Amino acid sequence: MKSTLLRMTAAACCSVILSGPVLAQEKVVHVYNWSDYIDSSILEDFTKETGIKVVYDVFDSNELLETKLLAGGSGYDVVVPTAPFLARQIQAGVFQKLDKSKLPNLSNMWPEVMERLAKYDPGNEYAVNYMWGTTGIGYNVEKVKAALGDVPVDSWDILFKPENAEKLKACGINILDASDETFAIAMNYIGKNPDSKETADLEAGGEVYAKIRPNVKTFNSSAYIDELANGDSCISIGWSGDVLQAKNRAVEAKNGVNVNFVIPKEGTYMWFDNLAIPADAKNVEEAHAFINYLMKPEVIAKASNYVQYANGNLASQKFIDESVLKNPSVYPSEEMMKKLFTISPYGPREQRVLNRIWTQIKTGS
Amino acid sequence: MSQASATSPGKARWLVVAVPYVWLILFFLMPFVIIVKISLSDTAISMPPYTPVFQGFSTLRDFISQLDFDNYLFLTEDPLYSEAYLSSLRVAVVSTLLLLLVGYPMALCMARANHGIRPTLVMLVILPFWTSFLIRVYAWIGILKPEGLLTLLLQSLHLYGPDEQVQIFRTQTAVYIGIVYSYLPFMVLPLYSALEKLDGTLLEAANDLGCPPWKAFWKITFPLSLPGVIAGSMICFIPITGEFVIPDLLGGAQTLMIGKTLWTEFFGNRDWPLASAVAVILLIVLVIPIVIFQNQQRKAEGGKA
Repeated sequence: MKSTLLRMTAAACCSVILSGPVLAQEKVVHVYNWSDYIDSSILEDFTKETGIKVVYDVFDSNELLETKLLAGGSGYDVVVPTAPFLARQIQAGVFQKLDKSKLPNLSNMWPEVMERLAKYDPGNEYAVNYMWGTTGIGYNVEKVKAALGDVPVDSWDILFKPENAEKLKACGINILDASDETFAIAMNYIGKNPDSKETADLEAGGEVYAKIRPNVKTFNSSAYIDELANGDSCISIGWSGDVLQAKNRAVEAKNGVNVNFVIPKEGTYMWFDNLAIPADAKNVEEAHAFINYLMKPEVIAKASNYVQYANGNLASQKFIDESVLKNPSVYPSEEMMKKLFTISPYGPREQRVLNRIWTQIKTGS
Repeated sequence: MSQASATSPGKARWLVVAVPYVWLILFFLMPFVIIVKISLSDTAISMPPYTPVFQGFSTLRDFISQLDFDNYLFLTEDPLYSEAYLSSLRVAVVSTLLLLLVGYPMALCMARANHGIRPTLVMLVILPFWTSFLIRVYAWIGILKPEGLLTLLLQSLHLYGPDEQVQIFRTQTAVYIGIVYSYLPFMVLPLYSALEKLDGTLLEAANDLGCPPWKAFWKITFPLSLPGVIAGSMICFIPITGEFVIPDLLGGAQTLMIGKTLWTEFFGNRDWPLASAVAVILLIVLVIPIVIFQNQQRKAEGGKA
């Protein structure tokens, strides 16, 4: 769930090379996924196996995807919205029901993930989970230690207590610019229902950020990966796989930066990115073939190994690298799973209240 | 054929005049009417995400009776919007002044340069357009970021210590640098075309009569270049007010501009009607300078005649 325009452009170029010119008679599927979110060899293998060309395009925010879908005629056959957005889009009539007779690999899916996803898509009629993850804390181990001393980093306190934030100010704090998630986390932190849509609760959640606002350097959802990796910032609210990518980039760069990801003990937000077919898709048959292919255990395991996110496919787990499967930041423990919460979509009025408070915090007014 | 064209010169003239109007109606007025229409509807969870209003002339009466300006009223109720408009206008005014400060000397030097090298100079001003605008703004990130090229340069010149870093990226200063850089050609070219036409003998006469050069500049050069100053300022001021990309990439979270507010309404809140109302107001805010500009031009032309 991330990335910059530059990488989008790069990926778009790759996809052109990958797919080449598409002839009229050729079978083709137009896929619109998050940037940096697949091992591109999966797409090549799919074409080899089925003869269906993949035209692969990427986005970097749910808002962008949603606006394209709501305007209609997006031209995509498979899209990957995150759960609360998915729910609203289903309600708006954006998607068509999946033809489950064309998806025999559904039997590989993880019942627990499907059940949680059913909160957004009752009966799992419209979507299949692609990846899921958590929103936690990514931090630079040495710099945080230098600023705060030898304290365990296992709680939201490390960021949300103003005295800690003040000490971390100098080495750089980033907050994810995703208001629905950041507010759910803050409301959970202060002991309120993370799914509350009450203005008073949202304001109380916003207060958590308002208190640390003077110490926050940036609010972004993509550049923070590089900033963590090269030491420009030392702590960030971040998505699990993103932070692990930052960790790997720092290791590759051999710059001595040691990035770690933690799911705080208070629990956090659990999100799902899901495969769905727009109602006006032109290549419905091919879209089902693509989704079914991605539910093959060894295929989705390859994707998880590459992007370092957990997937919703239980049968795939025996093909997943030990380092990914056994990493509690990617696949949390049973105990932690119970503390992960989901939130329902915001209505138009609530969304306005939320974003109004968020804008106020960000601009510091 | 020849007879027809000979007998109806009026028709031909009418056609020539009609072309720009058809263009305006098709590509300005119609989109604007659609936006006004959306701004009068309400949000809904549907495709597209607003309730339809005014579907054909048979329902015109219903439409007028149900007309509500809730979205416009909302814009006046929440200070966020007036703050965003004002801060955008402020950024646009300051940027335009900075552009004049940088662009005017450039244009003046170009206009005073040898005839032979003028086309080359004009070419150099246009040259940045050969690279994508987005890439050029990204290049500024590389220059301005704390561990970027500017820091390296200052450190290698020993003006900065090894631990000191330039703190410009994600500030208002970075936004101004980005805007002035990006819009400079749009300011220089109209100024240059005004200054190039300047009659050099006027300055010689001033000199002969004992007028010092700086006074000659203010009495002769500047007033005569005024149409260029106004044209350049308008061409820059109007798009800068609605600028979104540069503040988003170079500015910090504290940068509040109407372009970003519009983005949040459209994408974040999915409130197309309110976003449309914001856009309509923005257009009205910008129409006023255009009207002033046109008046000024009419006056200038009247003066000549």
